[in-house]
Amino acid sequence: MYIPVNEIHKHFKTETPNMSNITHKQDQWSPYHDNSGTVLAIGIPGAVIVAGDTRLSNGYNILTRDATKLSQLTDKCILATAGQYADFIALRKFLQQRLQLYEFQNEVQASTQTVAHLLSRELYSRRFFPYYTFNLLAGLDENNHGVVYGYDAIGSYDQMTYGVQGSGQELVVAVLDNQLKGYNKINKTIPQTQQEILDIILDCFSCAAERDIHTGDNVEILIITPTGTQRIIKPLRKD
Amino acid sequence: MIDFDPSTFGLAHTYQKEDKDEINTLQMPSAPQVIYRTLNGPTQTNGGNKLNNFKHGTTTLGFVFKEGILLAVDSRASMGSFLSSEQVRKVIEINEYLLGTMAGGAADCQYWLAYLANHCRTYELKNGSKLSVAAASKFLQGILIGYKNSGLSMGCMIAGSDLSGQHLYYIDNDGMRLKGDIFSVGSGSTYAYGVLDNHYRYEMSLNEAVELGIRAIYHATHRDTASGGVVRVYHIHQNGWTKVHDGIDVVDLHYQFAQQKGLVGDGDEAKQRLF
Repeated sequence: MYIPVNEIHKHFKTETPNMSNITHKQDQWSPYHDNSGTVLAIGIPGAVIVAGDTRLSNGYNILTRDATKLSQLTDKCILATAGQYADFIALRKFLQQRLQLYEFQNEVQASTQTVAHLLSRELYSRRFFPYYTFNLLAGLDENNHGVVYGYDAIGSYDQMTYGVQGSGQELVVAVLDNQLKGYNKINKTIPQTQQEILDIILDCFSCAAERDIHTGDNVEILIITPTGTQRIIKPLRKD
Repeated sequence: MIDFDPSTFGLAHTYQKEDKDEINTLQMPSAPQVIYRTLNGPTQTNGGNKLNNFKHGTTTLGFVFKEGILLAVDSRASMGSFLSSEQVRKVIEINEYLLGTMAGGAADCQYWLAYLANHCRTYELKNGSKLSVAAASKFLQGILIGYKNSGLSMGCMIAGSDLSGQHLYYIDNDGMRLKGDIFSVGSGSTYAYGVLDNHYRYEMSLNEAVELGIRAIYHATHRDTASGGVVRVYHIHQNGWTKVHDGIDVVDLHYQFAQQKGLVGDGDEAKQRLF
């Protein structure tokens, strides 16, 4: 009988199993599924770049290779979400409808700061049955500088210059800390151009795809500038 | 589930809430319903369920002295053993005369302190005078008592300036509200208390107080794994609050304090014997 390592405690009272203390506990149904994947966003003066892989998984199964984790909410901001895909869809639907109502009532699209606060309140409204979503909201602020807001599952948020969420978070954010901030480097060479940053993003996803089973297939990159949005798709490992 | 509306607390006179009172029915949910209690069990060790690992672990401190109140905080947010951010803003600017600090669950503190800010502004518009620090902290206490045992995690300090002076209150998710002169909250609070209690005097000057606050936070970040990042310092005086320091890296402070002790980093200062 195969018992996964992380479920040993359900079957044996102590870690070292012996025949006298086997108990079989039924798995309680859980409303949550982790569809995983990795998303990241980087803000620079004049643009914001958001990237997410397109693999949707459930445990060891790949459900699809073409699922987008990015959603453009207004002309200037994008929501990138890792976690449960169903909750991402529900959250996206709420935000799209609420922002459409905002536009009808105010005759102007909501600013990125407004959307950030709205998202935080919506996440907190489910404080006791959370959306299983780890969000990044990336957009252009009033001065057309790129800003990124990172969230936890219940809505606490903070403005950052770059953020990573998802199963590859630990792998990728360390690389970005090194490349974009130059922590502990004596000769800091911070990337200046958009193309340099795109190269770093592709490298990050390649690294994540190598070492994280839930990241791979394709990486979808959206670049928002004051003139419009550009979309790039690059392939990643499919295994 | 709370069966009273916390927005009726703190009003100067008895007041029947009218339906046309749109200001009190803003989009904020007044009572997130407590359901699915199994999700709020104790946090498992080493990461466990990602949903229960909200941002925890911090050091915040505040003390009253002759020139007002000093608040000093670190800026680290951890999710389990992963550092989700080193640049968090743990002092929340409620309005021009009130500050709140964040410890425990970041989302809980951010949300309820924003709710408090909304309430303070509404009170000011309706009654023509600012809400006192005592009343503002009591309003927050009332809300948290309503959510007692539901899994909220907040250990915040409310500090502000009103007509009767500068006051510091500690509020936590059990419904405790304490007025005091020295508080430190968070996983690194024990270390900060040691430094604070050693050098605190009411008659300190502003510079001495800022130095003490920075030092206490530095020592807490040095020994507590869940605290770190940068130190932010705020001063509350009779005209409101001022941000004294927006972010001093604790790593820089470490080398600064070491230099003050005469250590230059050439290796053998402690004269350690090889094992």
